[in-house]
Amino acid sequence: MRVDLATSFEEALRIKAERSDVVPVAGGTDLLVHWPDAHALQERDWLDLSALTELSHIHFEPDTVVLGALATYWDVIQDQRFRALPLLPAAAATVGSLQIQTRGTWAGNIANASPAADGVPALMVYDAEVQLASTSGRRSVPLADFYHGYKQLEARPEELIESIRVPLRPHDFENFTKVGSRAAQAITKVGMAVAHSAAGWRIVANSMAPTVRRCRTLERLVESGGTVDSPDGLLSAIRADVNPIDDIRSTAAYRERVFSRLLYQTLLPACSSFS
Amino acid sequence: MTDSRIEISFTLNRRPVTLRVDPRSRLLDLLRYDLGLPGTKEGCGEGECGACTVHLDGVPVNSCLVPAWQVRDRAVLTIEDTAEAAVERMLDAGTTQCGACTPGVVMTARWLEANPRLLERFSARHLMAGNLCRCTGYDGIIDGIEIPVPDREEA
Ligand SMILES: Cc1cc2nc3c(=O)[nH]c(=O)nc-3n(C[C@H](O)[C@H](O)[C@H](O)COP(=O)(O)OP(=O)(O)OC[C@H]3O[C@@H](n4cnc5c(N)ncnc54)[C@H](O)[C@@H]3O)c2cc1C
Ligand code: FES
Ligand code: FES
Repeated sequence: MRVDLATSFEEALRIKAERSDVVPVAGGTDLLVHWPDAHALQERDWLDLSALTELSHIHFEPDTVVLGALATYWDVIQDQRFRALPLLPAAAATVGSLQIQTRGTWAGNIANASPAADGVPALMVYDAEVQLASTSGRRSVPLADFYHGYKQLEARPEELIESIRVPLRPHDFENFTKVGSRAAQAITKVGMAVAHSAAGWRIVANSMAPTVRRCRTLERLVESGGTVDSPDGLLSAIRADVNPIDDIRSTAAYRERVFSRLLYQTLLPACSSFS
Repeated sequence: MTDSRIEISFTLNRRPVTLRVDPRSRLLDLLRYDLGLPGTKEGCGEGECGACTVHLDGVPVNSCLVPAWQVRDRAVLTIEDTAEAAVERMLDAGTTQCGACTPGVVMTARWLEANPRLLERFSARHLMAGNLCRCTGYDGIIDGIEIPVPDREEA
């Protein structure tokens, strides 16, 4: 096991370009679980990003919020400016516990690519973009297009996440719902984030597919104003958008049932086409 | 294995220290085994229980999830830094029974007491939810925290 302690982001990018199999470490709250028994991980080489203060910023620009790759859940929870994007602190407050929130980063949540991630749906519902960097340049990828399959990311092996850009738009409807086994320290069984702005409806599901997923069929259904008079009226669109599975935390049938009911109840007061 | 130890310097309980750490060590191992400070406990080793809570640059973290080399140039505060007077209320309130969770509970509670304005937005129970206790039923823990009485109710 070799550890590189990067002292600048440019140095980190050089290391990643030379040895793309190094494992970047931010807050370590995913990577250190089951350490020190994680022999497979210990045979890998590590690239520590934690000292890169240039990645820990949160900037409010006129129409965008920029979260540096080291911005944590706690940074967002305790920053009152996030009243403008209330689903971010709401989602952050459901992650693990205080001690996880002070260490876990939004970028780590994105890169870890868990279908049950709670930070990702809140970012995705606001049309966040992932800023990727490598020694050959920078590019921006919509978070909604960042996952190709289970743990399959759009990022190339030599790329690191530099920041996350979230558009600042006025929303007239916002909701984040997490269903877990208990209030704290629980992994999401069924989750969703819903928002409406001048850009239209956004509906994002987590723990309902191999990745966190933007649900475009559901969005079109709501946009179209087609009548929905019961949770079952959402099922064909739900089935077009997601494919939940049975696992140790829940069953596919439970997930579909709970998701349809939660989404129906959430949209009922906001959409005249729902009755 | 060749000596791949990494030299780090940091501030531990307000004093500077420099030492070489095994790259596989967690902050928890560094404290307990390299530095002989066994007050910080290991419960789950995976971030769930909070028994290993310390302050890193002033905020509570689980030391079982921090690679030791990440504390270089940073400040760590452990239960050994705690004066008995700071836990007097806890001694009376039934905050501790078997004691396994207590060092972590004390470290989170000390931070909460130092940042009372947090209680305008969050309940003490919410902020303490990362410290699991198998004995007290939690009322003793909440009662042991020095906070304004109205905030004692669950929000
Ligand atoms: C007890 C416990 C409870 C938890 N509860 C929740 C929960 O409720 N909801 C939830 O969503 N998550 C939860 N998590 C998971 C975890 O806290 C989050 O996913 C967190 O956001 C990870 O961030 P990190 O900085 O700690 O990541 P790390 O562990 O440092 O890294 C995670 C992944 O991201 C990669 N990575 C990190 N930074 C970058 C970068 N800049 N560029 C490219 N790749 C990068 C790493 O290589 C690794 O693959 C929990 C974890 C624990 C231990
Ligand atoms: S031992 Fe670290 S959280 Fe349980
Ligand atoms: S006092 Fe026994 S675990 Fe808390």
